Amino acid sequence: MGITSLPASERRALSDREGFLAPLFLLPAVVYVVALVAIPFFLAIAFSLTDVTAGDPSLDWVGFKNFDDIFHDPIFWRALRNTLLFTAATMVLTVVLAKALAMILVADFRFKRLIRFFVLLPWITPVALAAISWLWMFDSVYSPIDWVLRQPGLIDGNTHWLARDNLAAISVIAVQTWRIVPLAAVIIMAGLVAIPHEINDAAAMDGAGFWRRLWEITIPLNLPVIGVATLFGAILTFTDMTVVYILTRGGPDNATQTLPSYAFFKGIGGGDLAQGAAIALFLFPLLLAAAIAILRSVRKMETL
Amino acid sequence: MALAVEVRGLKKHYRGHGDHIRAVDGVDISTREGEYLVLLGPSGCGKTTLLRTIAGLEEATEGEVLIGGNVVNGLPPRARQVAMVFQSYALYPHKTVEDNITFPLKAEKISKEERRKKARWAADLLGIDHLLDRKPRHLSGGERQRVALARALVREPSVFLLDEPLSNLDAKLRASARDELKQFQQNLGTTTVYVTHDQAEAMGLGDRIAVMSEGKLRQLGPPHEVYDDPQDTFVATFLGSPPMNLVPRNGHVLGFRPENLLPEEVVPGGGTKLGVDLEVGRIEFLSGDRHVYGTARGLGEETRVIARLPATVTTPIEAGEVHRFAVHEKDLCFFDAESGMRTAPQPVWA
Repeated sequence: MGITSLPASERRALSDREGFLAPLFLLPAVVYVVALVAIPFFLAIAFSLTDVTAGDPSLDWVGFKNFDDIFHDPIFWRALRNTLLFTAATMVLTVVLAKALAMILVADFRFKRLIRFFVLLPWITPVALAAISWLWMFDSVYSPIDWVLRQPGLIDGNTHWLARDNLAAISVIAVQTWRIVPLAAVIIMAGLVAIPHEINDAAAMDGAGFWRRLWEITIPLNLPVIGVATLFGAILTFTDMTVVYILTRGGPDNATQTLPSYAFFKGIGGGDLAQGAAIALFLFPLLLAAAIAILRSVRKMETL
Repeated sequence: MALAVEVRGLKKHYRGHGDHIRAVDGVDISTREGEYLVLLGPSGCGKTTLLRTIAGLEEATEGEVLIGGNVVNGLPPRARQVAMVFQSYALYPHKTVEDNITFPLKAEKISKEERRKKARWAADLLGIDHLLDRKPRHLSGGERQRVALARALVREPSVFLLDEPLSNLDAKLRASARDELKQFQQNLGTTTVYVTHDQAEAMGLGDRIAVMSEGKLRQLGPPHEVYDDPQDTFVATFLGSPPMNLVPRNGHVLGFRPENLLPEEVVPGGGTKLGVDLEVGRIEFLSGDRHVYGTARGLGEETRVIARLPATVTTPIEAGEVHRFAVHEKDLCFFDAESGMRTAPQPVWA
């Protein structure tokens, strides 16, 4: 009964005060971001400027020595080039395939919901499990892909997908694309559904065929959403080390090494935390630039 | 060139959730060349589906669509020589007004020079030539409507299909746009099929009105005919504001317009008058007219009716009193009580 003795106005006060509630509700998100993003980020900057290793965790200032070292490391440059190449190739394939898939998904047909669920499956499968399945698909002796290609006599023997430089790179790109396409397709589909039906009807009345409609109406109106899907896909591909780690371990001979995987091998595998941090930091400016570029183009689209 | 549009036994059914929706359920209509035909009905009556089927955006479940005497079932919209203006105008938001207008010409492989010329011609005709470089979102509702019309016009189609093109305009603009639309169509002489749920638009624009309900054509005729001679109780009550009074009586239904129910002393003489005691409930003043709501007695079953007294009738009437009203015999309509269909006049004194 203690509460009822307070005047009604004061009892309401606490739950009505935005000045008190707003920070309270924001707190969990802030704690999350600080603990899992900000602290690791600044820790990585700190590591990259010291000689910290797994064996000697004391932070001794060495300036930009770590960066100097990795600039003279040909594997770093190869990893950087691979990261950009894999991301670019994956994004081109993703945009084309996801756009096509999205257009199929918005069409009306039987078992639409079931098909949509199956399309999303690669996305909801944990990356590590999916990568292990693909490892079996690309197996040097028992690859089912090779088996299929052998039946009509397209190849003799085995392809050794993951043992040759170019094929290994193609394999990584294929798995990344397979993983990202469902997400991108669903995002693009949402954008397609948002285009008013009457616009498509008007284009049909105006005599535009499929391709003219696609290039002059659907794609321009869909572009901001495609941009967002690309941004998500690019970041996911760019920062992913699981696929490379499980499929190729960066091999053969660093042919599929990427920045995240190389940072992992250097920092965790080799124990050189300082160099690992320095390599990983290279992801940041590139991601920032990509994010700004895409968000800018999206804004430009919106203010048409 | 104007071509006539005809639909024969047209049916359009949709498979809904478990049930069958008959959006258009056996409609026969044919326009004359250069005619302004209005499809009028409440929402969900199938008028828009009928229009879309004529356009080729929907395929008929059964029946035929003819344009200029040729069956066009199965032909895509672009092959039908029709142009359509949508309720939302459906302008391409990322294209300028000029690119919107020239878009239909691109499919016809017309040179860029020629396309620009045609766009100017269409824009001139509709008074939007100063807007050609703008994007649709910088235009007002009325301007958008004109751009949509220009885009429909630029291909010089044989038939215009208009789907509630005025419903997105505010009331004031709607009246003037209605006037312009009629002028525009008369100048071009193009056959026009116009869909609306607004009876004022239908009465004002249509050479003939096709009244639809529940996927069926209820009546087709000039505005005065559907108003004065409704074929059934649906048409009688859908048209007119306030709607026709319907009084059940001896196995049939007696109908009369509110403006024909007047105090007995002012009903013009000559011929027979049907007297009725009106217990006045409420009186409204609307644009100079008096709308008298009351209960009619001694005519048939006791029924709520409305009388519309023009400003020229000054008989004092008070709420709560019983006043003697009358309807002239020539203003009576008779309907079958079961089917609601119009029947021959019954002896009113029986």
